[in-house]
Amino acid sequence: MIKLTVNGIEHELDIDPSMPLLYALRNPLQLHGAKFGCGLGQCGACTVIVDDRAVFSCLLPVSAIGNRRVRTIESLGTGDKPGKLQQAFIDHQAAQCGYCIAGMIMRATALLEKTPHPTEAQLREHMEPNLCRCSTHMRILAAIRQVAGMTEATQ
Amino acid sequence: MSTPDDTLDQGRRRFMLSGALVVGFSLLPGANVLAQEVIADEGAAVKIAKETQMLAGSLKTNPYLDAWIKIDPNGLVTVFTGKVELGTGVRTALLQVAAEELDMAPSLIKFLTADTGLSPDEGLTAGSHTIADSGSALLNAAAQVRGLLVDAAAQQLGVDAATLVVRDARITAPDGRSMTYGDTVQHVDLHRNALPVSPLKDPKSFKVIGTSMQRLDIPAKVTGGVAYVQDMQLPGMVHARAVLPPSYGATLLEMNDQTVLKMPGVLKIVRDGNFVSVVATDEWQAILAQRALSAACKWSAGRALPDPATVHQQLKTLATQNIEIANKRDPAAPAVKTLGATYIKRYLMHGSIGPSCSIAVFDNDLMTVWTHSQGVYPLRDALAEMLSMPKEKLRCIHTEGSGCYGHNGADDVAAHAALVARAMPGKPIRVQYMRDQENLWDLFTPAMITEVKASLDAQGNIVDWDYALWSSSHNERIVNAGRLMPATLLSKPFVSAPSVPMVQPEGGGDRNAIPLYRLPVVHVMNHFSPTMPLRTSAMRSLGAHTNVFAIESFMDELAFAAHIDPVKFRLKHLDDTRAQDVIRLTAQKFGWPHPPRKRNHGVGFAFGKYKNLMAYVAIAVEVSVERETGQVRLERAVASVDTGQIVNPDGIRNQIEGGILQSSSWTLFEELKYDTQQIRSFDWSSYPILRFSAVPDSVEVHLIDRPGMPFLGTAEAAMGPTAGAIANALFDATGQRLRQMPLAGDGLRQVIDA
Repeated sequence: MIKLTVNGIEHELDIDPSMPLLYALRNPLQLHGAKFGCGLGQCGACTVIVDDRAVFSCLLPVSAIGNRRVRTIESLGTGDKPGKLQQAFIDHQAAQCGYCIAGMIMRATALLEKTPHPTEAQLREHMEPNLCRCSTHMRILAAIRQVAGMTEATQ
Repeated sequence: MSTPDDTLDQGRRRFMLSGALVVGFSLLPGANVLAQEVIADEGAAVKIAKETQMLAGSLKTNPYLDAWIKIDPNGLVTVFTGKVELGTGVRTALLQVAAEELDMAPSLIKFLTADTGLSPDEGLTAGSHTIADSGSALLNAAAQVRGLLVDAAAQQLGVDAATLVVRDARITAPDGRSMTYGDTVQHVDLHRNALPVSPLKDPKSFKVIGTSMQRLDIPAKVTGGVAYVQDMQLPGMVHARAVLPPSYGATLLEMNDQTVLKMPGVLKIVRDGNFVSVVATDEWQAILAQRALSAACKWSAGRALPDPATVHQQLKTLATQNIEIANKRDPAAPAVKTLGATYIKRYLMHGSIGPSCSIAVFDNDLMTVWTHSQGVYPLRDALAEMLSMPKEKLRCIHTEGSGCYGHNGADDVAAHAALVARAMPGKPIRVQYMRDQENLWDLFTPAMITEVKASLDAQGNIVDWDYALWSSSHNERIVNAGRLMPATLLSKPFVSAPSVPMVQPEGGGDRNAIPLYRLPVVHVMNHFSPTMPLRTSAMRSLGAHTNVFAIESFMDELAFAAHIDPVKFRLKHLDDTRAQDVIRLTAQKFGWPHPPRKRNHGVGFAFGKYKNLMAYVAIAVEVSVERETGQVRLERAVASVDTGQIVNPDGIRNQIEGGILQSSSWTLFEELKYDTQQIRSFDWSSYPILRFSAVPDSVEVHLIDRPGMPFLGTAEAAMGPTAGAIANALFDATGQRLRQMPLAGDGLRQVIDA
């Protein structure tokens, strides 16, 4: 049995220990926010937070998580009661197809928890691993800046 | 570059510079009354009945009002579109259009998108057609339905219809008596043909059209709600994964599946010729089984691919259809200077972040497929052919997927799901491609080469323009089962319908190949190759990205040669005042001509009217160049857009911003890696795209509203102009003309060093 603490709830799952966290979240736990994108840790669509770090859930085997706390986009809020970053993404309409967005929000959450007021350079460097093919980057950055209390990008 | 007249494909000659969206032709040569109309677009040609030719948008093909709007006696209003949400926000915009003319709050309307069991058949959601086709249909259908309901209420209430007030599906008389749409609909038959003229509201009174209503789909997408076909779970659903050939035409020689069958959770291996899939209870089990089964399969060598170093020359020899799309010879002043240039574009990939996915279930002789295809009706027809089933026994329901940007694996994976589902009746089958499969079996956007030659007179006017392009197909849309990759792998394989060029005025490879500029002498040739070995099809803007890149780069060269500011040079060659307006607005907002630039910075300008039929976009950009590496950063962009009557301003801005950034990625960074044996861009490290470090500091989009004017498609309009503006900015920064995409990187460094 694999023990997983996800969004504050402990689960015991009878799953293959080699299973990457992504598939445990999406199937037995029915948490669909994290997405399959590449399975290679190259796009960030699967990003979740483990303890306080943004990780690629497509690469991390469930057996390697131990007691660490897993958090997914579902822990931040709901459609009716969105969390702060989620609300900022809605305010800025920061999505096109939106497939990458849950990963973007989780990666940004990890940044703002550690560095509530990042510089523009820190923000971009932190977000670098996550891809958005619709190219909604301007709005994604604007939404994160709103929560971080940053002004528009100027260099 | 001119082609002798005897090789011209006369049958494909089309009128040049046509402003019409519909191409007329006659089925019977010489007959003058039985004229039909054919909508020239991606996918199969659509014939329009004579009696519906005058109707707006997709009412031409779906004239019944109740195909679009149904009202039940309880007052529930359901509005249908045959288009789908691809991530552009158009579903929200279409709802706004219907709500406006129905005089209802959008939240009171149930709005459904394409489903072969319910919706009108509007073919594909592609080519920036949705707001023009479906939006215009809904605008007019909703106005006509409201008109009929108001007339019926007037009769019931015994008052003049002009005195009635409509609000939120309630029709109220001056004396306070009222009827709901539900009450009124019992006195009206909505199963009737739309009329050519609708009681449209005065655009000045619009309350919903023209507002930035928030998108309906975003809250679920930012909170982890079920938003995509990838997220759907059906009771008893199992997971299949495909094992695909390593190259085109490879055949399966050997498959040792015994150990795979014993793996945990494995339910079945489905094999039919070269079609191989494995099904397991759990998704991770299916992936492990797929890996094991891939290793257990031996394939023959497939077809050779062209050498990327010579592919552009090869394109010229493979082009067998030489189509003259423009030939005008008006009097012109004598030429004093002639310039020429050649432009290159390499194969590119759609690159959806989410690999294609579909769910199918075959139950009681009925096949239901949930798909993110751009065309559920064409897909249903091809699946029916592939499965030898009557169309009525198949239902394809659109469910959102990851952004596709054109014809990617969406239809193929649906065929995969359907084939596995047929082999396992009663079980919902979910198939998702793996990243390498999505990439290697993508329908790439074709390599292109274009050549242009033009002359200036003594006053700096262009006096002649000769342009030619070579490309393979941008339109391998699903018109038969053979266009579905899995169907070509079966032991009795289906064969793809032959590749045919798309016709003007929309064009395929030749989209936007005819400049909008005033040119007394103009000759444009589209050289079409039907036999390129790589799988190709439509990607956002088709040939327009390359043609506008070439035209706008060359306009800059001509302006430079004429010693005229490039913005003034464009304005001097344009008669279309809407084109002039977007150019002037961009120049003003950008601050053109720009003050002296920083070292290694440059500014560039470009313009395009998408397909010469849709949205107008003028853009100015600033770029910076790292001379030592050839790396380029788009620093800033300012665009102005005219899309006719604006439905949702923020939606248009979002599409243009995204278009500018995506085009900057295509133009600066992207190229498909392949050699004569295989496609090599199997992941994101072998196909790098724009990341946050390359994102501009600012992108401004300014809109020009045209109340009462037709809706013009927007989502693809920025691709070409952005490419042109970047190329021109690189010239400004480096003094070198870059004519081969991708423009950034080692190629640029070599040009700088030379």
